Amino acid sequence: MSLPATETVVPTKRQLFLGFFKTGISGFGGVLPHARRMLVDDQRWLTDRQFTELLGLGQGLPGPNIVNMSVVIGARFHGWHGSVCAVAGLMLAPLVIVLALANIYEQFADSAMLNHALTGIAAAAAGLILATSARLAVRMDRNIWSFLTLLAAFLAIVWLHLPLLTVLFVLAPISITCGWLSVRREQKEKGDS
Amino acid sequence: MTPPSIAELFLRFCLISVMAVGGASAVLPEMHRQIVEVNGWISSAEFATLYAITQAAPGPNVLIVSLIGWKLAGITGAIVTTIAMCGPTSLLAFGVGKLWDRFSHSPWRKAIERGLAPITIGLIFGSGCLLVKTAGMAGQAWTIYVLAGASALASYYSRLNPLWWLALAAVLGMALF
Repeated sequence: MSLPATETVVPTKRQLFLGFFKTGISGFGGVLPHARRMLVDDQRWLTDRQFTELLGLGQGLPGPNIVNMSVVIGARFHGWHGSVCAVAGLMLAPLVIVLALANIYEQFADSAMLNHALTGIAAAAAGLILATSARLAVRMDRNIWSFLTLLAAFLAIVWLHLPLLTVLFVLAPISITCGWLSVRREQKEKGDS
Repeated sequence: MTPPSIAELFLRFCLISVMAVGGASAVLPEMHRQIVEVNGWISSAEFATLYAITQAAPGPNVLIVSLIGWKLAGITGAIVTTIAMCGPTSLLAFGVGKLWDRFSHSPWRKAIERGLAPITIGLIFGSGCLLVKTAGMAGQAWTIYVLAGASALASYYSRLNPLWWLALAAVLGMALF
């Protein structure tokens, strides 16, 4: 790893818990942007580059991205104790809050006002996810196999309602092979020049 | 429909978690398929409501899993589904994180990342469409589609905290519907 742009700080377990706690309760519509601000800008536990690398790791592995990242970051500083502190900090308060909200909703489930507000939120939340996928799509490599894979995954799930397991078993080997070929081609080009 | 046992919930969400390339947002259609379409444990409208509640609360998007567990088996269900969704993949992340320095420059890592990226994007796009559709079932479908489209554009083009768009949509929802 190259020299960090700024000095990074090693947090204590307590600071790990508190940092992720703050991130967890301040993120609406997903917490990733807040995680970056906390980890890189505010606490300086990671450099920008380290964050990007760990983000790639968290997104590349299956499971909730931000939970994966918390596990790896916690482990880096304090082994599995650190992972537990980070994940607990991230998840506990939001879990309690969301369950409390759901219970409150049960009490007032007949309220037309409340249901209308939630319908509005549901529509906007759907829009946020669409925006996320658009943001990812514009950064994607522009080649025909990537586009076809994207389209195939989308249609298989939305139109054909196929089980995800089937979709992954068929598409992942094909697209990873394509990915492998494109990496090879790049390496060869680099070697030639 | 008979509700699922705790053990079944646990196993289902363990399996969903390992399929979650691209995170919790990518497996919403799969959860909807298993919980709503195949088993009929909750309705599509309830699914949309639970998702809206998680968005009205702070925290990671994976909390939708907790609320599905809560709806099907109370607090125990919420804890079990959350652990199932985060546990096995956290162990994997822990293991891979340790070996990361060895992996990080391998061409295989790049190949897997490149290969999975378009699948992930297709799945997340599918989640967005599913959520628009389920939200639209609450009535006045076209108003809801327009609201979703406006929110997509607003959050794509501005760096404002999404909380503001969600709050505005809540107010608009009360006014319009």
